[in-house]
Amino acid sequence: MAVASSLHPVTLRAEERRPRWSRWARALLANPATALSALFLLGALLAALFAPFLTPHDPTFLDPAVRLQGPSTAHLLGTDDRGRDVFSRVIYGGRVSLLIGVSVTFIAALIGSLLGLLSGYFSRLDMPIMRTLDGLMAFPSILLAIAIMASLGTSAINVLIALVVVYTPTIARLVRSTTLVTRQQTFVESARSIGMTDRQILLRYVFPNGLSPLIVQCTFVVAYAIISEASLSFLGAGVDPETPTWGNMLRDGQRVLQSAWWLALFPGAALVLTVLTLNLLGDALRDALDPRTVGRG
Amino acid sequence: MTAYILRRLALLIPVLLVVAVVVFALVHLTPGDPAAVILGDRATPEDIARLRTQLGLNEPLPVQFVHWFGNILRLDFGESIFLGEPVTSALRDRVAPTLQLTLYALTFQILIGIPAGVISAVRYNSPVDRALSMVAISGSAIPTFFLGILLILIFAVRLRWLPAGGYVPLEDGVAAHVKSMLLPAFALGFSAAGLLARMVRSSMLDVLREDYVRTAFAKGLPHQLVIIRHALRNALIPALTVLGVSVGALLGGAVVTETVFTIPGMGRLIVQSIARRDYPIIQGAIIAIAMTYVLVNLLVDVLYVYIDPRVRLGSD
Repeated sequence: MAVASSLHPVTLRAEERRPRWSRWARALLANPATALSALFLLGALLAALFAPFLTPHDPTFLDPAVRLQGPSTAHLLGTDDRGRDVFSRVIYGGRVSLLIGVSVTFIAALIGSLLGLLSGYFSRLDMPIMRTLDGLMAFPSILLAIAIMASLGTSAINVLIALVVVYTPTIARLVRSTTLVTRQQTFVESARSIGMTDRQILLRYVFPNGLSPLIVQCTFVVAYAIISEASLSFLGAGVDPETPTWGNMLRDGQRVLQSAWWLALFPGAALVLTVLTLNLLGDALRDALDPRTVGRG
Repeated sequence: MTAYILRRLALLIPVLLVVAVVVFALVHLTPGDPAAVILGDRATPEDIARLRTQLGLNEPLPVQFVHWFGNILRLDFGESIFLGEPVTSALRDRVAPTLQLTLYALTFQILIGIPAGVISAVRYNSPVDRALSMVAISGSAIPTFFLGILLILIFAVRLRWLPAGGYVPLEDGVAAHVKSMLLPAFALGFSAAGLLARMVRSSMLDVLREDYVRTAFAKGLPHQLVIIRHALRNALIPALTVLGVSVGALLGGAVVTETVFTIPGMGRLIVQSIARRDYPIIQGAIIAIAMTYVLVNLLVDVLYVYIDPRVRLGSD
């Protein structure tokens, strides 16, 4: 019984679940790198939420008098070639990156889970759904995103649509593979024998059982989506070029790399730190949520 | 084996069809009349009508698709709207830099990724392992284009050792060619090396626990011989799948890297064509790259079965 409940968290009652979460949290925060990552991401999230209160300047305000100035007390991270404050733009850029990263992941997780559950649970739907997703995965991901952006045109919403199309297949595949395993379990069989409908079984047993790998995967998808958004904007096929985003700033920054290194360096550093901490957190989550890694080194 | 290859080839048909539908849809997803969008604001109604005929936009959609798909199968991607030449010839001129960049990046990926993974696994849990793992995870966190910009900043702007961009064909001198491709290939390969290193590390760790490795050590074989001949050879099998997926990431990454380093390859052509709304070029280039990726993965899968007999026995 003890073994069964540790394998299937859904069968636990609420009061039994709490110590598990605190165990996870403890396991996560025990590693200094993970704790620092969590702290950084929390900071980035707060900075994105309260950007207007944190930034000393309007990120789109052009001040030709202070063009291309290096970091100083007036402009912490310097100014760009049109006199805009780089620090303020980095903070506002984080807003776009995080918002797109998180919403892409959320929507892709919703659609992907649905497709994965249907595909894994109903064998008749498996073939058409999976072959379609295989076709979408035949494109290198950034290329598919570029292709969609080429026809939809530059805007944040279109980036969101393009990246949802790109990342939904990955999530659907993962959910399908866990569904295929769970479908065979005895508790699903017994649920069916007491007359539960497919919908109830899917929502109450199958989906929650595949939740931990899904959560881990989602952490990485947020990171990938943030990189992709930055790449699209860098290529001029992403968010509107006038909007402060890390990718747009890097594109502007490369043009004046010879004279003003800070223009490209700071948005790039913000991008790398965000993706790195997301990856570290995803790795730690995987170790904490995967029962197989317990007691393994 | 033949049955396996035939089955894999059969699986390609639906993939091809989805790829074709997606690429075909690109033109029709544009808001408004594609012909008007392509020609821009200053186009006369006559121009638009002529382009509609040229692109076959007056036919019903299914007819257009069948017609277009038939052309694609004969490798006819139509005429470029901006360059005034067939898409196939425009692509042919730009294939070499992209393939070279991808190949060199793959070389960097293998040369960095495999040794790093092996050393990490052999020195499991040591400071060396932790340092290498940290570098690997940072490597995959640095987007290629930012690493490229950093490399330009250091090696071109500050040290002035290498050019900040541009492309020298192989025919114009090997040394100059290598100089022009060193930074872009490294930028592209390094990010991918992180993934490979992590994969090699974990599969090496699994293999090192195997009985036959313990036996090899126990009978007194030299340490390095066991690591390389007994362990690494088996550990590389799962790493092969990563390389297959990597080619896709490298081809996609090449699109971005070419823009950073102004390399006149297919990726830069795609990016330039977006601004020019040159859809036949975008469609042709994307199909070409997607097909290369699909074929490489097929090759990797077949190779995988060929190398690892356990897979063959399991699947047939």
